[in-house]
Amino acid sequence: MITLFGPPEPTLAERLKKSVSRTREVLTMPLGELLAGGQKIDEALLKKLETALLSADLGVRTTREVLAALREEAEQQKITDSGQVRAELKKKLSGILCAPAARNGTVESAPMVIFVVGVNGTGKTTTIGKLANRLRKDNRSVLLCAADTFRAAAVEQLEIWARRNGIEMVRQKTGADPAAVVFDGLAAARARGVDVVIVDTAGRLHTKSNLMAELEKMKRTAAKQVAGAPHEVLLVLDATTGQNGLAQAREFTEHAGVTGLVLTKLDGTAKGGIAVAIVRELGLPIRFVGTGEQIDDLLPFDAATFVNSLLD
Amino acid sequence: MFETLTEKFQRAFKNLRGQGKLTEEHLDVALGEIRDALLEGDVNLKVADELLASIRAKALGSEVMLQLSPDQQVVKIVRDELGSLLGDQSKPRYAAKPPSVWLIVGLQGSGKTTTTGKIGRWLQHNGHRPLVVSTDVYRPAAREQLAQVARGAGVACFPAANLSQPLDIARAALREAKLSASDVVLVDTAGRLHIDDELMAELAELKKELQPAEILFIADAMIGQDAVRSAGEFHRRLGLTGIALTKLDGDARGGAALSIRKVTGAPVKFVGLGEKYDALEPFYPDRIVSRILGMGDMLSLIERAEQTLDRRKAEDLAKKLRREEFSLEDFRDQLQQVKKMGSLEQLVGMLPKIGPLQNLPKDLDVDERRLKRVEAIINSMTAAERADHHLIDGKRRKRIARGSGTTVQDVNDVLKQYMEMRRMIKQYGALGRMKGRGLGKLGSPS
Repeated sequence: MITLFGPPEPTLAERLKKSVSRTREVLTMPLGELLAGGQKIDEALLKKLETALLSADLGVRTTREVLAALREEAEQQKITDSGQVRAELKKKLSGILCAPAARNGTVESAPMVIFVVGVNGTGKTTTIGKLANRLRKDNRSVLLCAADTFRAAAVEQLEIWARRNGIEMVRQKTGADPAAVVFDGLAAARARGVDVVIVDTAGRLHTKSNLMAELEKMKRTAAKQVAGAPHEVLLVLDATTGQNGLAQAREFTEHAGVTGLVLTKLDGTAKGGIAVAIVRELGLPIRFVGTGEQIDDLLPFDAATFVNSLLD
Repeated sequence: MFETLTEKFQRAFKNLRGQGKLTEEHLDVALGEIRDALLEGDVNLKVADELLASIRAKALGSEVMLQLSPDQQVVKIVRDELGSLLGDQSKPRYAAKPPSVWLIVGLQGSGKTTTTGKIGRWLQHNGHRPLVVSTDVYRPAAREQLAQVARGAGVACFPAANLSQPLDIARAALREAKLSASDVVLVDTAGRLHIDDELMAELAELKKELQPAEILFIADAMIGQDAVRSAGEFHRRLGLTGIALTKLDGDARGGAALSIRKVTGAPVKFVGLGEKYDALEPFYPDRIVSRILGMGDMLSLIERAEQTLDRRKAEDLAKKLRREEFSLEDFRDQLQQVKKMGSLEQLVGMLPKIGPLQNLPKDLDVDERRLKRVEAIINSMTAAERADHHLIDGKRRKRIARGSGTTVQDVNDVLKQYMEMRRMIKQYGALGRMKGRGLGKLGSPS
């Protein structure tokens, strides 16, 4: 059995906290004090909560629905104190984030094929470098497949990550048909008995129908080489992305069959709240979060920590 | 589906339409819709609320204009407010004594390197001699990427292969620029977080040393509420002189432009509209406001048409249309002219989403390959066939299908489209004669 996840990471909370504490230096969110307790739940408090959630990019709809539920509970006297609001809010957001039944990320026989997709500049290649490192630590043999044949120096970039991980990479010339690279990559993986193949794809805006069709073709090619491939299609989402993230997730899910999200650049001040809206609407689990540029800055997603950072 | 800012505005204004007088109540309903629209368009919450307050004050305080209905009046005020926030079009700045240095900065993945290549190409097309250089010594293959981008864009790139400090690289590039008489040096920098003290200090040092004429912040059009923080911090530490908004060829509405402009005061100078190196345009604030308000980007469309359409061919075609001699050859010419204007997707995006066009599907399936196929089919015809489509019988259709790698069905479709177009032209011509005006400005009927 091959699993996408290594052993549980004890440093997760610490590491996110580190990035969150940097956040606090730049902006002092009054939400912590706001929800300290001892206050009445009134419109002013709800308004401030709205501001906090909207500022975290949760979006108008999700924010409104979460607040409406809170308001109702307050009216029914289920919650009466501002301190309870915090706990209740956390429960609601964690509930949304934990709802999707994540596939267990395992396949019966090697190789496991992972596609990494997303719009331009979200951090696909970097994520692959880090993901390979995780798998290597878990004693899996990994092969990278450089199917971004479009962007300048994308192959060179991935090659450096392959070297850092001490693993092999299959490539063709710039401008080659990405589906052909997938074909080669998977053939090589089978021949060498590799555990996991990670396929890097070119960044593409979800509105470009021809490029989305290209992804579909790559998927078909993969399925011909390895039964059930790709087993995972990870959509890499930049935490700074606003409401457009939802459109991205919808289109990539429709065309590429996304199975999970990777939320990158969480080490900045952006909260990545759009992920809540995405999980809620599309039922996709968040698999990993990216918290920096180093090779081990990729951690399994943890809802409690994420929600805390949203509300802190 | 995700409702765009444009659609939201339209809905908000539709509710106002037909009202004889603008009441405060109605106004607040409309403003609520506009607030949602601005937020969904990623305009920062604070910025949106400030905008709304000033729109409200103006709408209530404004005198009733006889020539405008209440909804038109609100549209005008919203338009004016967004427009005045974005400011006037602003020209790039150059140093009094060349070479000018333009520093390209921004978060990771915003599109700095691609934009550097595009700006280089743009400068070159405007009579400059740009030199690009990458000081990104951190990200794997970043410098190699700029080298490849520069090659693709046809712009000179300073390699600096043996240097490892950003400042040393920039200095060397500046020396090289003086030697090679380059007048603008585009310094690409590593993507960084605004809270990364060390790397922000590195930029401040680059600024101090290079005295750049422009410090351009490259912003992803898809960025959310955090835009004000990142852009604000870059501005605080560097003093930004301009913004380039990238990836505007997607369905992001560009709400970030409002936020960033508001928090930095720096004007948007360029917008990126695709992955090709010529997909860069100067920023026209009134056009973006139009795009947001649903009036489409007609000015860009017209300008592009003027730049690329062949005037002589257009006149020839006008003559032919008047004589109703629209051949398959002309059909192909038309396709080629449209193709020269840019990707169909871009063109459709510029159309106003109002009136008969408002129901266009958002991701209108403008398949460029289909165009190519039509062209291939017409190319596979003989000159005689192109001049007179009546010649094309079943046997010829088979040959054309083989020649163009398509099917007889495809050939039939093209012929059908062509005949449909001919029929429309005939009708239009007849209409023109009836009214005695010919085809608009193209001339009088023969």
